[in-house]
Amino acid sequence: MTEPVVDIRGISVEFPGVKALQEVDFRLFPGEVHALMGENGAGKSTLIKALTGVHRPVAGEVLLGGERVAFAGPAQAQDAGISTVYQEVALCANLTVAENILLGREPRRFGAINGRAMRARAAELLARIGLRVDPRSTLASHPIAIRQLVAIARAVAIDARVLVLDEPTSSLDADEVAELFRIVRVLRDEGVAVLFVSHFLDQVYEIADRMTVLRNGRVVGEWTTAELGRLELVQAMLGRELGVLDELEHRPDKGRAGEPLLVAEQLGRKGAIAPFDLTIRRGEVVGLAGLLGSGRTELARLLYGADKADTGRVLVDGEPLKLRGPRAAIEAGIAFSSEDRKGEGLVADLSVRDNLILAMQAARGWARPVPRKQADELVAKYLKMLDIRPADPDALAGNLSGGNQQKLLLARWLVTRPRLLVLDEPTRGIDVGAKAQIQKLVAELAADGMAVLFISAELEEVVRVSDRVVVLRDRRVVAELSGVDLGVDDVVELIAATPGAEPEKVAS
Amino acid sequence: MSRRLLWPVLALVALLLVNVFVTPSFLSLRMQDGHLFGSLVDILRNGAPTLLIALGMTLVIATRGIDLSVGAVAAIAGAVTCTHIAAGGDPFSGMAIALALCALMGLWNGFLVSVVGVQPIIATLVLMTAGRGIAMLITEGQIITVDNPAYRQIGAGFLVLPIAILISVAALVGVALVTRRTALGLLIESVGVNPEASRLAGVRSRTIIWTVYVFVALCSGVAGLMISSNVSAADANNAGLWIEMDAILAVVIGGTSLAGGRYSLTGTLLGALIIQTLTTTVYTIGVPPEVTLVFKAVVVLAVCLLQAPALSRALAPRRKVVLP
Amino acid sequence: MTALTARAPSRFLPVIATFVVFVATFGVGSLRYEGFATGQVVANLFIDNAFLIVLAVGMTFVILTGGIDLSVGSVVALSTMIAAAALRAGWPAWLVVPAVLATGSALGLLMGVVIHRFQVQPFIVTLAGMFLARGLCFVISVESVSIKDPTFRALATGTLELPGGVTITHTVVIALVAVAVAAYVLHLTRFGRTVYAVGGSESSARLMGLRTGRVKVGVYVISGFCSALAGLLFSLYMLSGYGLHAVGMELDAIAAVVVGGSLLSGGVGFVVGSVAGVLVLGTIQTLISFQGTLSSWWTKIVIGVLLLAFIVLQRLIVRRS
Repeated sequence: MTEPVVDIRGISVEFPGVKALQEVDFRLFPGEVHALMGENGAGKSTLIKALTGVHRPVAGEVLLGGERVAFAGPAQAQDAGISTVYQEVALCANLTVAENILLGREPRRFGAINGRAMRARAAELLARIGLRVDPRSTLASHPIAIRQLVAIARAVAIDARVLVLDEPTSSLDADEVAELFRIVRVLRDEGVAVLFVSHFLDQVYEIADRMTVLRNGRVVGEWTTAELGRLELVQAMLGRELGVLDELEHRPDKGRAGEPLLVAEQLGRKGAIAPFDLTIRRGEVVGLAGLLGSGRTELARLLYGADKADTGRVLVDGEPLKLRGPRAAIEAGIAFSSEDRKGEGLVADLSVRDNLILAMQAARGWARPVPRKQADELVAKYLKMLDIRPADPDALAGNLSGGNQQKLLLARWLVTRPRLLVLDEPTRGIDVGAKAQIQKLVAELAADGMAVLFISAELEEVVRVSDRVVVLRDRRVVAELSGVDLGVDDVVELIAATPGAEPEKVAS
Repeated sequence: MSRRLLWPVLALVALLLVNVFVTPSFLSLRMQDGHLFGSLVDILRNGAPTLLIALGMTLVIATRGIDLSVGAVAAIAGAVTCTHIAAGGDPFSGMAIALALCALMGLWNGFLVSVVGVQPIIATLVLMTAGRGIAMLITEGQIITVDNPAYRQIGAGFLVLPIAILISVAALVGVALVTRRTALGLLIESVGVNPEASRLAGVRSRTIIWTVYVFVALCSGVAGLMISSNVSAADANNAGLWIEMDAILAVVIGGTSLAGGRYSLTGTLLGALIIQTLTTTVYTIGVPPEVTLVFKAVVVLAVCLLQAPALSRALAPRRKVVLP
Repeated sequence: MTALTARAPSRFLPVIATFVVFVATFGVGSLRYEGFATGQVVANLFIDNAFLIVLAVGMTFVILTGGIDLSVGSVVALSTMIAAAALRAGWPAWLVVPAVLATGSALGLLMGVVIHRFQVQPFIVTLAGMFLARGLCFVISVESVSIKDPTFRALATGTLELPGGVTITHTVVIALVAVAVAAYVLHLTRFGRTVYAVGGSESSARLMGLRTGRVKVGVYVISGFCSALAGLLFSLYMLSGYGLHAVGMELDAIAAVVVGGSLLSGGVGFVVGSVAGVLVLGTIQTLISFQGTLSSWWTKIVIGVLLLAFIVLQRLIVRRS
């Protein structure tokens, strides 16, 4: 076999308090597509950033074509032949296609940019990847998929030896993905080494020759696609062996659900999640399981009105509910705790007290403040009940640890006494103790009659707390599992299933 | 005293000391005909309109906004009232009409910002440009002088202290009470710090934004009445000229970030006092008053650089977030 | 309309709209008033607005990156003041001109560095620059200083005859050269294209490996230089230096750029559009003076309405795409 073009040996990257990568080895050969797999927080993007010079490793070395390199930034990495295409297209939509491809290396004549030569060169590059687009058109006039391909054309323009594709397909539909893959194959056959990151297993199996799986900042292993089955891949990513973890405790009172509270009928949004049906009953915990990018968050946001649905409707207590926005959902008794605690949850510069009463206050309007005494009582009660530390109502919410921030967000919604609580990744990135507290709390809330939609990347957790588990794959609902003997293995099999051979089974 | 008000306080004290040093009688006050006189009183009286507008501006800036049209709105308020009085109208109905018109202009700005979604700086630029034209349209390009004792009270009257400063301080106290006793302050800050989280928590940000633009327009209206009443005339061209810049400056010096979020009314008060004291100081040390602008520029740059995240990172790499 | 939009990409729409507005206002004038549609009236538009054209050119660079420069009016005043004072002190004209241009550029550099290095909002920094420049005028002199230098006077009074008996001043030539240079820089140099890229998406531009820092500081230097040049033209127009010259001219410049079809959020706009914007503002002024009974304040109101119209037009374009 040829020499690897990229050879990363034992690198470690650390952030304050976090070991993001620990002694990671990674090889990339010319003329192959290498998939980098792992769940959220596994270290995929850190590894890419260490390769492109955004992060500086504290240990280990990066070899490019056999030579040791240490880039100061993406620009230097680009000059050395490592080109990156990001999930969010990093181009300028206000410029033309030709400019976006050649910006910074435009052909010049007597110091002035030669527009004709530039368009010709761009057309040539577009032809090389077989993309039929007018180089003079503005990038903004093209859909995201074409922009993504133009980004690849730009990468090709610098004669990249290494092409990094960081989740390039997350917003593309099937035809667009096919087009992208056709181009990737062209480049691969020309000898370019492609590093491919995606959450879609089907795509990985379609395009990748080899894969490396990361988990918690460490390499789980490197395999060729042929030698690693889907089931084994998912297990490697999630870090479990089948059958070992089935002795988990289950909630004793599972399956005591009441009347339907919320019914979604063919609710969907293009590019986010295919139309689905879902019923949530009072006192029931419904789990959403699926890999990252499978549409779990998108589903939750539709139910809350955070995004608007294109199709279908939502019924609450049998009555249609017009979900104009979060306020309509809140009035109907729906609460939503976002997975993005910093961006969409907490108001970092406000105190714990203010954050805790924010939703309640917003519902009352500004003219009717929550009385100070009531606020203090609520704060005291929930700080104690959820064991939020420091138990200081005046501390800034932004200064709390992740687990305490999460509990604070939960408390914000609990004080509004919702009937349906949607929790998106409530336990991500928090310590074990806080995790157990939150799981216990969810069980108690359900026992009191509250309906909960529980989303988590950790399947054991979903299975343990849920009465029913809805499984998502590639932005559609693929199955619904329920029953007392519901096991993690069933869920894993569904997530890893090949489309077509659909086992629409419902364990009961 | 919170840490972030430290610099403004020091600046104000330093300015006052310079004055005392140059004019030893600077701090002395005397009573005459039941009026209080002295340099400090002058500073307060001259700073009253700026303080009032800066008060409204603080809330606008806290929501990540800005209002450039306040000077034009102030000119319109003066123009409407003086024209009304000059036509034989009653000063109080004149002022009522003026303020109603100001509220309307606030609604307009709020509409552009919160409904149409135009950047605040451009949205209010429209009225900043057109507003003075409207004011001149009302006065027909003349400087309208009026002689009405009742109207004169607002800007030039005394109730021991100048009435103008009493109005501004009352407004300050009123706003402090309303924003802290009701939930308005909390919701304004919440919208300013994290608009998306606020939306998901169910905050009616549109209403909040609308409210602050109407409020700042009303503040500008009253300030415009003070300015025009003080000289018993409406000058559509020059009334409230550059006051939007002074007001924004007062807010920024007072430690409220233009990026929105936590605001400090005390800081704004300090900022307005610093600006007015600076003007007086330059005057007392015998520099031509126009040169005040140079000092203002230096103060703004100094305060902004001291607050700049890049600089504070460089100076104190591991400083913890300061609790207020 | 659909045929037009099909052929012209939406980025040209605002500029086309500006030209339509210009032709329309001018057409109204020529229909209603005799002697309006003459070459000399058009030439006068350029003569009376030469400094504003140069100012709008500099402002276009800044606005294209998504910034704003409030200091330009004050820098114009400072430039007239420095020129007048230096000439009075006996400096030769060939020394005064580069000195003024260097001062303006240095002020721009200072503001650009503070904006870029310390990440202070352009609004506040250039506001401080506005105060500083205006204040420095009065440090030099509180009074108006008249210009008696023969070279300046000759330049100011000299005219060029164009075919058709139309005369223009040297300032018009300078302004048009500035426009041409700016268009060249913006469209045919890497610096210029990076200006657009930064305005389109600064983070993308950085990830593409472009030198964004140099551009972000550079546009303020250009704006400072243009303000100083405009100041020189203005001193030729007024033949005096005064601290109260060009009060509020930054608003005219911003209005011209916005009416000229540039997006204040950056990335979209053309120098030619800004020139058209200046011409629209100038035509409105001319129209109102031809009308005679309409008072000058209508100019401001009409400009405000135009601003609004263009802002709303741009919101619609942004929403659609």
